[in-house]
Amino acid sequence: MNTTIKFNIDGKIISAEKGQTIVEAAKANGIYIPTLCNFEGLLPKGCCRMCTIKINNRYMTACTTPVADGMEIESNTDEINDIRKGIIELLFVTGNHFCPACEKSGNCELQALAYRYQMMVPRFPFTFPQKGIDASSPKIVKEQNRCIMCKRCIKAIKDEDGKSYFAFNKRGNKLEVILDSKLGKEITDALAKEAMDTCPVGSIIYKELGYAEPIGKRKYDKKPIGSEIEVNEKN
Amino acid sequence: MSNKITIEPVTRVEGHGKVTIYMDDQNNVRDSRLHIVEFRGFERFVQGRPYWEMPVLVQRLCGICPVSHHLAAAKALDVIVGAGTGDGLTPVGEKMRRLMHYGQVFQSHVLHFFHLSSPDFLFGIDGDPAIRNIIGVAMHHKDLAVQGVMMRKFGQEVIRLTAGKKIHGTGAIPGGINKNLTIEERDELLKGPDPLNADKMVDWSIAALDFFKDYHKSHAKMLDEFAVFPSNHFSIVRKDGAMDLYHGVLRAVDADGKKILHDVDYQEYDSYIEEEVKNWSYMKFPYLKEYGKEKGWYRVGPLARLNTCDFIPSPLAQKAFEEFKAYTNGKPNNMSLHYHWARLIETLHSAEMIRELLNDPDLQKDDLVVKGKKLQKGVGVLEAPRGTLFHHYEINDNDQITLANLIVSTTNNNEPMNLAVNHTAKAFMNGHTEISEGMMNAVEVAIRAYDPCLSCATHALGKMPLEFTVINQDNKIIDQKSK
Repeated sequence: MNTTIKFNIDGKIISAEKGQTIVEAAKANGIYIPTLCNFEGLLPKGCCRMCTIKINNRYMTACTTPVADGMEIESNTDEINDIRKGIIELLFVTGNHFCPACEKSGNCELQALAYRYQMMVPRFPFTFPQKGIDASSPKIVKEQNRCIMCKRCIKAIKDEDGKSYFAFNKRGNKLEVILDSKLGKEITDALAKEAMDTCPVGSIIYKELGYAEPIGKRKYDKKPIGSEIEVNEKN
Repeated sequence: MSNKITIEPVTRVEGHGKVTIYMDDQNNVRDSRLHIVEFRGFERFVQGRPYWEMPVLVQRLCGICPVSHHLAAAKALDVIVGAGTGDGLTPVGEKMRRLMHYGQVFQSHVLHFFHLSSPDFLFGIDGDPAIRNIIGVAMHHKDLAVQGVMMRKFGQEVIRLTAGKKIHGTGAIPGGINKNLTIEERDELLKGPDPLNADKMVDWSIAALDFFKDYHKSHAKMLDEFAVFPSNHFSIVRKDGAMDLYHGVLRAVDADGKKILHDVDYQEYDSYIEEEVKNWSYMKFPYLKEYGKEKGWYRVGPLARLNTCDFIPSPLAQKAFEEFKAYTNGKPNNMSLHYHWARLIETLHSAEMIRELLNDPDLQKDDLVVKGKKLQKGVGVLEAPRGTLFHHYEINDNDQITLANLIVSTTNNNEPMNLAVNHTAKAFMNGHTEISEGMMNAVEVAIRAYDPCLSCATHALGKMPLEFTVINQDNKIIDQKSK
């Protein structure tokens, strides 16, 4: 049985395997669709909406939607890019993101997206929410000011019994992702570092490591986010 | 009728200040005050932050000498992470930081001399304000302006290659540094195309010093008699008494050169220094505890450093230092405008140190960081371009800052700057009823000699507007001018 599916993104014909999501298929074909909550190895949830696209004129999330024959997808258009930029702006104004002193600067996906989508000044007013930091774990600082609640840490960082180190706490506009106080005290070095790498922003910080990577060597210092995928397109 | 004169904004200094001059019935200056009217509160809002953020966070106090704050904070955190009190870093760690620091001092001194002060020398204190600025220098003294710009650029490049960025980099981390200097980077500074190389910077520093000395010959009266008053002088010096801008012990001498603070460890700085708060300024008034508020205040910065140190450990600057010392027969120099002379000697010293460090193979080593037993308190002190800079941090068991105390260079110079304003106001304004541009600028020149960074001193942001207000004995404003 032929499992190859054909559809197009912004007019380009794409071949994909059945079962792939649109983000995966686009990536395999050298097309970058931005994501934040999506993380390799985890089941996509589509909660951040960064990967918003239009399929046959309807808004969908590319990380959760499987490919299907004949899809007409709009991704890199003025309208969709502005929606994505708006989402980035909302994330900035609903947190306290002070890039100049943040140790994740240069490695932060949110910052990199803001550069890619050329955010200058958010169109929304800053809310400056009152948020704190939890530094009680010997290995990790949980910086609530920067958390975008993408759930990547909740889904990825688990102990041997499958119990998550991170969880949602409180409700509504008080909602936050916290580190389990008991598990946080016992977390291993390796898992603490993995937690930091899983976080797309500077909300999970491995203690006493900050700024060890010099400017110029950080992930997004030289090339914008997504360029590693787009290299394939040029090839 | 008595008057009060306010100068606001004060121009061509870093920050925002205001001068008020109180006149009596005979139009003589009764009192004067330099008000620092900004407030930022870094010491409060860093509380609760992870300690390793401090060198990157606190340097945002300033865009002129962020490296000084970056390194002073890193030095304080060296103590906290168990890397010793200034002599425990690896050779590459210490030398990269020193290179960054000398780059900073070099570019900041150059900025002050060429961009901020040279207009006063070239066009005169009474010169037309329309040309008495850096644009005027560029138009009428192009070579000098280009030299200033290129020297500053070189200093900035040194910072970029050591800290990662020209402004607000991340090079120094607790216990060391995050990068070494590659051979290519070294050669960019050592053998860069003319004029951007270390040799040229040394040559140009000598030329700048010669320019000042020539000016001194023809304007000795003005430079030697403007805002002269005796004071104590304070700085760090190397343990053997040499000038050391990065690390050393605390030393103070009185106006006659007698040691009044005997080369003490700066970890205990709070045993020797206290700060007074006055209700008319956001800037505190530090003084030596042992001598009290009245007699314990001191000057810091280039002039003070040349008065406290025994020698300068680089040959060309040492020669200039000997000439400088001979001018006052080996006694401390108390002439405010000689800050410029001292600053240019330090510029030369910095250029020489940069060249020496670039030739040191330790800069290419890879052992960047040292850590040991963690402590909960650390103090970092160095000589920033404008003077002694103190950073003091304490942390809790969760690695969060619980206390931060910063005494910045300009704060240390608060009392002397007020006195300089007072001397100048008396010299230029006694007997006058009208505020002239020249008079206002004379007061500014007195302040500017100290190269104050008022935004740093109050941890505040802004440019340096200056407002003069004249107030009579009944506290009524009778004249006001601003620029």
